[in-house]
Amino acid sequence: MKKVTVHVTLKQGVLDPQGKAIQTSLHSLGFPEVEEARVGKYIELHMEDDADIEARVKAMCDKLLANPVIEDYRFNVEEAVQS
Amino acid sequence: MKFAVIVFPGSNCDRDMYHAAKDVLKADADLVWYENSNLENYDGVLLPGGFSYGDYLRSGAVASTSNVMQQIKAHAEKGKPILGVCNGFQILLEAGLLPGAMLRNKNLAFMCHQEPLVVANNQTQFTTGYEKGEIVRFPIAHGEGNYFCDEQTLADLKANDQIVFTYENNPNGSVADIAGITNKQSNVLGMMPHPERAVEELLGSDDGLRLFQSVVKNWRESYAVNR
Repeated sequence: MKKVTVHVTLKQGVLDPQGKAIQTSLHSLGFPEVEEARVGKYIELHMEDDADIEARVKAMCDKLLANPVIEDYRFNVEEAVQS
Repeated sequence: MKFAVIVFPGSNCDRDMYHAAKDVLKADADLVWYENSNLENYDGVLLPGGFSYGDYLRSGAVASTSNVMQQIKAHAEKGKPILGVCNGFQILLEAGLLPGAMLRNKNLAFMCHQEPLVVANNQTQFTTGYEKGEIVRFPIAHGEGNYFCDEQTLADLKANDQIVFTYENNPNGSVADIAGITNKQSNVLGMMPHPERAVEELLGSDDGLRLFQSVVKNWRESYAVNR
């Protein structure tokens, strides 16, 4: 079993109103050092290992998990820890 | 002319769309559940607003992968009219039938009020009933209607006259004040404002009715020519 962790982030240059609101809140809580906040998504996939796993996950990201118009993604494949 | 109003789990403007097409426009229309649907006998497709699949992942993303979208793509390729309003627009973007993507409104608020729009292109089958530059009033009701595309796409949209409606007072931060765009062939229209909620004076505006009337009129004319 593999655990795939996918991080989806807004592209640089794409406005992130949520991040902006978080930054403003952090400032008002006394963290003026925060120059920018950007919000992204974290998706965990558990799946059987496969020789094509990297290509398969990339296709999943391109087709559904991320929207290439506004988002970038990166992912990591690791051994799933049996619980 | 017969319309299919596609209903996804979480659609909530489907009845409004159906009412506009069936009761006000007096066209044939069916509410069509997205699963096991057969669109073969429909001349036009209406994708209503709402929160399909609870806006999970991204607005419209999950609905855009459903089987019915393959049929809608086939319809689009045949030149049949497809109208996506609000969440329907978001679904068309996610399905790649229209270029660009939606971001959260710039003020992060869900906005629900009437907005004046400019008819930027009255040469599409959806807008021949309007004057170019005419101001029309449609309600908006969205939290993610901040249209975004890259500069190249925007240049293409302008060059091909694909921008059909713009906001007079951009409420959500959309690039180039964009409220509605078509595909290159101009038979697929996506727009955030709700023409189906502006079809009777009782509702505060009937400016949206002409959009539906334009579709029917143009369909009849092309039907007569192609027969």
